[in-house]
Amino acid sequence: MLLKALGKIAQTFVVLFFVSVASFGLLKLAPGDPIQIMLGSEYSQASYDSLKAELGLDQPFLVQYADWAVQFVQGDWGTSYVARAEIFTYAFKEALPVTLTLASFSLLFAILVGVPLGVLSAIKKDTIFDAGSAVLALTGTAFPSFLLGILLIWFFAVKLQLFPVMGYVSPWENFRLGIYHMILPGLTLSTYFIAMITRLTRATLIEVLDQPYIAAARARGEPNWRVVWVHGVRNIAMPLVTILGLQLGVLLQGTVLTETVFNLPGVGQMLTSAVLGREYLVVQAGVMMTATLFIGVNLLVDLSYPFLDPRLRSRK
Amino acid sequence: MSIQTPEASVALPAKALASKRRSLFIRRPFFTIALIVAVGYVLAALFAPYVAPFDPVKQDFNVMMQPPTSAHLMGTDSYGQDILSRVIFGARYALIIGIFSVMIGAVGGLIIGLAAGLSGGWSEWALMRLIDAILALPSLILAVAFIAILGQGVDKVVIAVGLSMIGPFARTVRSDVMQVRIQLFIEAAQLMSISYLRVILRHILPNVIFPLAVQVTIRVSEAILVSSSLSFLGIGVTPPTPDWGLMIAEGRGFVSFAPWMSAMPGFALAFLLIALSIVGDGVREEFDPKLRRDT
Repeated sequence: MLLKALGKIAQTFVVLFFVSVASFGLLKLAPGDPIQIMLGSEYSQASYDSLKAELGLDQPFLVQYADWAVQFVQGDWGTSYVARAEIFTYAFKEALPVTLTLASFSLLFAILVGVPLGVLSAIKKDTIFDAGSAVLALTGTAFPSFLLGILLIWFFAVKLQLFPVMGYVSPWENFRLGIYHMILPGLTLSTYFIAMITRLTRATLIEVLDQPYIAAARARGEPNWRVVWVHGVRNIAMPLVTILGLQLGVLLQGTVLTETVFNLPGVGQMLTSAVLGREYLVVQAGVMMTATLFIGVNLLVDLSYPFLDPRLRSRK
Repeated sequence: MSIQTPEASVALPAKALASKRRSLFIRRPFFTIALIVAVGYVLAALFAPYVAPFDPVKQDFNVMMQPPTSAHLMGTDSYGQDILSRVIFGARYALIIGIFSVMIGAVGGLIIGLAAGLSGGWSEWALMRLIDAILALPSLILAVAFIAILGQGVDKVVIAVGLSMIGPFARTVRSDVMQVRIQLFIEAAQLMSISYLRVILRHILPNVIFPLAVQVTIRVSEAILVSSSLSFLGIGVTPPTPDWGLMIAEGRGFVSFAPWMSAMPGFALAFLLIALSIVGDGVREEFDPKLRRDT
């Protein structure tokens, strides 16, 4: 099992390597000259050349990649041309925590709402409640999140004035105010996941409840709630964790949109302004952080199976 | 298309066979309604100049930011442009971008997926890791990265969204190829010393194309969502193009006193996406051989 895990980890690093080469190479293809952007419209050839050499942009591709990779791992992500700030500080220490806070808050909320909803519709299969939650789940997965965010702002912040329109307060510094600012964005982002988790929980639980061990538990005279919530729900953990790992990308791209709607200074806003300012290094940092997060979480998901399903532990 | 063995159809229960004969449209009322809605959008897009009451980019400063009235059924925006006309023309952009980018994704995915599924050994392993690497980035963020290189505009959005969708297509094509290439008729064809290229074109490709076509119909809505998200972020289609994402973004600043500016194009987008996802679910459940075998 350890060998298998090590193999998975090695595989992960190969994927990361591909991502890094691609994100580096792709952005090298980009049109526009970062040096010209930095220097503005008037500059001399000498200052152009010296800046080019200073940034290492006169080296061959592979040398540039190797240099970049070594620096990247060391946390030296370069300087933002326009913002003239360290990208590592800007992207990793400032933007990423905002995105992660929003994402984890929304995911937690979605699980807390989605799983019970799914369980209820599985138990009440083919009733009005089930049909209603199916319609809601379908709407929730197809509804564009940015529209939902604007509608929530219009209703809760403008009409009812219950919540702030936008802005970010870190919950780690000021918990109550942070959560208060996080409710509308969190609701916006989690809607898709509530819907998806409800659908998934319902589908898998219906399958699980048909299994012999459920019949056995019922035959032992265990109360219905125990059969469903202990024997049933425990067995949907694995498919749920798998799908959530794979859907992490949707969560991350959802944060990009939600951040724009609510003006949160996260990775999404960073990426958008970097694209508009043609700041390839910042785009690169955003791409690398997103991909690493996705790959890392899915590795964790893969490695967590033996903990979630005892049957997988014995296998060599 | 002989992947279905004769026994499989005999083994179907009589009831299932009877319901198969009833029209798809009667069996799936929601599918039918959703399909009608989607066709309505397509018609509106095709005949936009005849359906739209106003020029979508004509600015009229006498009627700026009016709520919905009888003259302007969906109100007007901050430039006095008629929102209904812009929404109708917006359907054009949404559908054109959605369909063409899905095509790019499907063709790219077909090529990579075929290569990964047919090659063996370390090249297959490397191709799989390449697909993993593409899939490690959510399509919107990948599209943002491509936009960073390509720049903005309708054609750029089509290419960026199309390229960003290659990953999922490649994965499904590969798994289909893996299933087909171990079938007996492939072995038989190879034993008959039919050339390898011919086996791929005549025997493997037809069995992969059909599930791919199902995927294409399902993913059109994803492509539309990603492209309008790009426009919403302000890095996709440029103004004054009547694109829904752009209109929603423009209305965002006026949400407190002119909520219809965002809401009208937003609901147009939401209804299309919901209709397309119902159509997609129906198509998948009816025509996906994998799901069909399960039931």
